[in-house]
Amino acid sequence: MKSFTTHTGLAVAMDRANVDTDQIIPKQFLKRIERTGFGEFLFWDWAQLEDGSPNPDFELNRPEAVGVSVLVARRNFGCGSSREHAPWALEDYGFRVIIAPSFADIFYNNCFKNGMLPIRLSEELVDEIFSRAEKHADYRMTADLESCTLSDEHGFSTSFEVDAFRRHCLLNGLDDIGLTLEHENKISVYEATHGISAS
Amino acid sequence: MKPRTLFQKIWDNHIVHAEEGQQTILYVDLHLVHEVTSAQAFEGLRLAGRSVRRAGKTIATADHNIPTTDRSLPIADAISKLQIDTLRNNCREFGIQHYDLNDPNQGIVHVIGPELGYTQPGMIIVCGDSHTSTHGAFGALAFGIGTSEVEHVLATQTLLQTLPKTLELRVDGQLKPGVTAKDLVLYLIGQITTDGGTGYCVEYTGEAIRALSMENRMTVCNMTIEAGARAGMIAPDATTYEYLRGRKYVPADFEAAVARWQELPTDEGAQFDKSLRFAAADIAPQVTWGTNPGLVASVDAHVPKPADYSDPTDQKTVAGALDYMGLEGGEAITDIQLDRVFIGSCTNARIEDLRAAATVAQGHKVSDHVDAMVVPGSGQVKQQAEEEGLDQIFKEAGFDWREAGCSMCLAMNPDKLSPGERCASTSNRNFEGRQGKGGRTHLVSPAMAAAAAIAGHFVDIRDWK
Ligand code: SF4
Repeated sequence: MKSFTTHTGLAVAMDRANVDTDQIIPKQFLKRIERTGFGEFLFWDWAQLEDGSPNPDFELNRPEAVGVSVLVARRNFGCGSSREHAPWALEDYGFRVIIAPSFADIFYNNCFKNGMLPIRLSEELVDEIFSRAEKHADYRMTADLESCTLSDEHGFSTSFEVDAFRRHCLLNGLDDIGLTLEHENKISVYEATHGISAS
Repeated sequence: MKPRTLFQKIWDNHIVHAEEGQQTILYVDLHLVHEVTSAQAFEGLRLAGRSVRRAGKTIATADHNIPTTDRSLPIADAISKLQIDTLRNNCREFGIQHYDLNDPNQGIVHVIGPELGYTQPGMIIVCGDSHTSTHGAFGALAFGIGTSEVEHVLATQTLLQTLPKTLELRVDGQLKPGVTAKDLVLYLIGQITTDGGTGYCVEYTGEAIRALSMENRMTVCNMTIEAGARAGMIAPDATTYEYLRGRKYVPADFEAAVARWQELPTDEGAQFDKSLRFAAADIAPQVTWGTNPGLVASVDAHVPKPADYSDPTDQKTVAGALDYMGLEGGEAITDIQLDRVFIGSCTNARIEDLRAAATVAQGHKVSDHVDAMVVPGSGQVKQQAEEEGLDQIFKEAGFDWREAGCSMCLAMNPDKLSPGERCASTSNRNFEGRQGKGGRTHLVSPAMAAAAAIAGHFVDIRDWK
């Protein structure tokens, strides 16, 4: 798994709540059997006009959004399906940090498995970031997972909370399967005591 | 011993390894696999040189991506075909039971698990699909996982989990005539909102829940994820055991299993982190009008306007939803005209759902301006419906009768809405583009969908004759 320690990047504000996984990556792209290459399909239906040309109003199509890697959105980001294609697409597009007042559970979990850091902040702090992103051109944020702080270059700084175990795994890029297999004897014991035999 | 909830008992029974400050390793009893979220997991196993630890605890089927038309024809979409072939080859390579396209037991993964008796009380059940919560209807802890976790389960038969909080949703009293489990769950989502359950595992309790059949309980648990909760569950009882008795993969000593299952229900005095109470009598048939399942109203109400909300984010969401849905706000729900009707999905394509829809459709004709289809949840449901003559009722009324699959629930296959088309659907998600780019979805119960197909607009099923 990819590790994450600290990241500084250009932020894009998406003033939308309940951004669902069907929007992040529409189903026609779920037919692929690869894990990579989903970035070009990110937010497909929002990014295109009827005739297939880029929608100039879409947040990620604006000239100032070239090279963004920090996404700021409203509550309940990533709701809907369990498709890991959603974080794959965000990661492939270049995002490393996603900030919102709340995330859907499965999506939140899937981010960590793909080296991305989802950060939950209060509605007030997210509001604050929205107004700062609007005010400052070339608005950059830094997320530091070692110290659990999020800051910008204009004096904003806040701490954020993240589950200690997930933080540890993400900082060190630990592979979950490898970690679990360190306890393989316990799995065997569990199976033996529950009458589960090899099959 | 301290009184425990159903959830706590199942969690405790599955701990392989727990350590302070770490996620808990839980044993997985049943792993369901389908074509869309598994290819990359099998590929990961191969790359790491790992094998499947307990192939007998995984079953697979193709459902999301498959055509629902004639199965003897080759699959026209080459990319879909590759994904379906990949699942078949992976199952063969790793020794996993696969219900392939032409298997009589093929169907939507959340329909066939219970139908074949794989789904049982007290189990931990996972699948790379958010609607895995369906299986919680049997008193199991069942939830959706991502593809990385699918790989983790294949390799270790376990999963890393953080203990969720528990939420009791209690529905007292009895549902009124014409009000179904679908209406009940849509109403609850409307009340607690689409992220009201985030971080929680839900247990549904109360008289109205106990009175539900297994198919109806599955409808309720299925949609738990739409309230943001990962899992929803209902304690097993006589209804559960009667449904399971005699099914193919239930334990050989069924009575002994029942005796164990009877230990599972939440103990008297056990504490939930949060409890909410509702009255069944308050619930009317529901219709969603927006672009998430929480944007819902009673059929006899009007579509709201942004100004009806006080929170600015809500106002924006509502304005955006109305715009997408082609609604002004303020119109009577029953005035909304339809182009398409879809009866299907893991929410509402089991036999009882089809019976309910057929009862409404019998002796009527689908409206001239509506194109309506019925897609059974599984091969078994289809067969049973045909034995009961339901297919004839649907066909005579002008509904299209299809092969089993997810179909227009997510429109990965050729069944989809065109831009601007408006559909009454018995599925679970009305997100933008869910049933086809630009398509407009209204979620309803099977009976309400059938009535809407005939009338051409929504009707209050309580007035249906
Ligand atoms: S029927 Fe719909 S919700 Fe259910 S598994 Fe298929 S796509 Fe998912």
